Amino acid sequence: MKLTKLLASTAVGAAIALGSVAAQAADLTIVSWGGAYTKSQVEAYHKPYIAKTGTNVRSEDYNGGIAEIKAQVEAGNVTWDIVDVELSDAVRACDEGLLETIDHSTLPAGADGTPATEDFLEGTLYDCAVANIVWSTIFAYDGSKIADGPKTMGDFFDLAKFPGKRGLRKGAKVNLEFALIADGVAAADVYDVLSTPEGVDRAFAKLATIKSEVVWWEAGAQPPQMLADGEVTMTTAYNGRIFNAVAGEGKPFEIVWDGQIWDLDLWVIPKGANNKDTAFDFLKFSTATEQLAAQASYISYGPARKSSSPLVGKYHNKDIDMGPQMPTNPTNLANAVQSNFEFWADNADQLNERFNAWLAK
Amino acid sequence: MTDATISNADAPLLAADGTPLKEKLALTTRRMKMRAFLLTVPLVLFLILSFVLPIGQMLYRSFHNPAGSNVMPNFAKAIKGWDAEQGTPGDDIIKIFVTDMAAARKNREVGKTIGNLATRVNYEIPGSRSLFTKTARRAGKITEGPYFDALVKIDKRWDNPNLWRTLQRVTEDYTLSFYLAATDRKYDETGSIVLADELYRIYLPILWKTIWMSALITALCFIIAYPVSYLLSTLPLRTSNLLMILVLLPFWTSLLVRTSAWIAMLQKSGIINNVLVYLQIIADESRIQMIYNITGTVIAMVHILLPFMILPLYSVMKTIPPSFMRAARSMGASNTYAFTKVYFPQTIPGIAAGTLLVFILAIGYYITPALVGGSDGLLISNLIADHIKKTLNWSLGAALGTILLVVVMVFYWIYNKLVGVDNLKFG
Repeated sequence: MKLTKLLASTAVGAAIALGSVAAQAADLTIVSWGGAYTKSQVEAYHKPYIAKTGTNVRSEDYNGGIAEIKAQVEAGNVTWDIVDVELSDAVRACDEGLLETIDHSTLPAGADGTPATEDFLEGTLYDCAVANIVWSTIFAYDGSKIADGPKTMGDFFDLAKFPGKRGLRKGAKVNLEFALIADGVAAADVYDVLSTPEGVDRAFAKLATIKSEVVWWEAGAQPPQMLADGEVTMTTAYNGRIFNAVAGEGKPFEIVWDGQIWDLDLWVIPKGANNKDTAFDFLKFSTATEQLAAQASYISYGPARKSSSPLVGKYHNKDIDMGPQMPTNPTNLANAVQSNFEFWADNADQLNERFNAWLAK
Repeated sequence: MTDATISNADAPLLAADGTPLKEKLALTTRRMKMRAFLLTVPLVLFLILSFVLPIGQMLYRSFHNPAGSNVMPNFAKAIKGWDAEQGTPGDDIIKIFVTDMAAARKNREVGKTIGNLATRVNYEIPGSRSLFTKTARRAGKITEGPYFDALVKIDKRWDNPNLWRTLQRVTEDYTLSFYLAATDRKYDETGSIVLADELYRIYLPILWKTIWMSALITALCFIIAYPVSYLLSTLPLRTSNLLMILVLLPFWTSLLVRTSAWIAMLQKSGIINNVLVYLQIIADESRIQMIYNITGTVIAMVHILLPFMILPLYSVMKTIPPSFMRAARSMGASNTYAFTKVYFPQTIPGIAAGTLLVFILAIGYYITPALVGGSDGLLISNLIADHIKKTLNWSLGAALGTILLVVVMVFYWIYNKLVGVDNLKFG
């Protein structure tokens, strides 16, 4: 009798707890990279969207990759409604049927009436993904510590000229390209060279020259922190994170654009997302001309729409022109590489394996 | 009269309801047993659901990967009988291949898209992913033979019998590929097993490293824990309780907090380096790198696993009466002799339990090496996590996990032979 009572009360308790969880569940779960980047999206996309529709939005952070999407889709319980991913991940996830396809004709036209398919920059619309921004991996240093700072990618790898620790993202991607550029390969030829076994050897050999001094980072928020702590002399980083440390926190960091590798961030909707319709609605809302331009006033990532560019002005609360801070600014593009998603889709597994083996040695 | 008594004694004793007492007893004990078993049913179910099933599924995944036959069911059947020694397959097989490809291209079902096949083949032939996505895009337009020429027109690589040999292999549901990869081996072009290129060998070296690092951590834990436990067990209760709290407090603290505390202590601008610089023992430029390497992993893991050594040791030492040592000494044994001959042997069950616990926990440890291991303090568990979370090669992750499981079981078996599991005493 006692036991039944206990069981019954537990069941009631559990039911109440579950009920309250269900009541708290959001109408839309948006997943992005956290830190300054998510903040820019909250300001430019989430807040106006909540104001317009009254949707209960939940924002979650992650570190990239499609593992969670795959796990959720395969388990048939998709709690992430819309996710901000890198291009190579978007293409792979789409290939594997993990994403909803997106009809480009439903995207809103540009502010000037140009249809979306023409308004978006070339190569920013995919079967399952719509780009929101152009971002870049650059390297940066602390201007207050190095007076006559590094100018080229070669300087990053020059321990004699600029002694001290270097920060690099843990993984083969981007680092191999940087190593080749530093070794004198022209930006346009990087992937041609990297497609040959000799090219890969060459990149690893160049990386090996600084291996003893490298501190590896994984999350985008780490490199500005490492620079601020003096843990590294210079580090590769996402340009927006460094800009944010400079503009938002007054840090004396300098960005070197030489050899920058730019890439896209895209919205994708995992297949069978719990709030699929809201997610589509949010996708259309956030990739409209005005929202993309608004985001650029919070972080220095270039909008993926042509019609947004003229609207990009100053940093939201300071007198800093955002134009020259964008990866797509012509002077910044002088010696730039566009990350080749097809190359990485083909070779990421193998090169990361070699990278890990190389690291562990 | 006597006869009757004898026959009565032979007749079974009867219970009140007339059934033989023996049967009745057996029935009751069986019922009792059943009831006792029913009490454990929730636990058994829980173990099956949360332990046996997931592990079983993982084991299964490591050799069962149906990507090939899921994506191209007809081709998988057609290519089965084909013999790679006779060059590329005939046009009838290739026609099925092309039709399957075109169909798979339209399929958006999870696990049955061309991307799944491309990923699977890319594990075997790195760099071939785009060959499949590209070919699939154009496969729908190939409407008439010769299909082989049409494929070669899309990409010359189709004219390679070894590619088809690999395809034949990946369309089989059961494969050893992932165990080969997990032991730094692979199928070469002609299908025989060879060692992977030296630059790509990673899993066996890391596995060895995991084993010796776990052994080192266990040894360090033992060296530190033995005197501490001895002290705890011999001090008066009030003092030893206080010290025990000092042992248990970190034990109750979150793992992440403890690991992060070590980062704050050991990093270059951390407390230890600052103090050393302040005391002018080291120069400001030559701060010691104590974290993000093997040293950091070992220090943090020894600290985190220490209670698992102290507690079994303490519980065993507590039961050894101090009078034994006094008796040995009063009979003329030296301190060392009394310790090695009388005290130490009695603590062996505690040592056995402690080392087994710490070693097994260490060999599968994940979060601490991930946080403080840097590039050379990584353990095999970190590689497994990498394959589950980043590269999404779950089969390879599962194969590595299975190998780790087998290693632990082998160690347990050796341990059992040496110490005997019956001798373990956890407290």
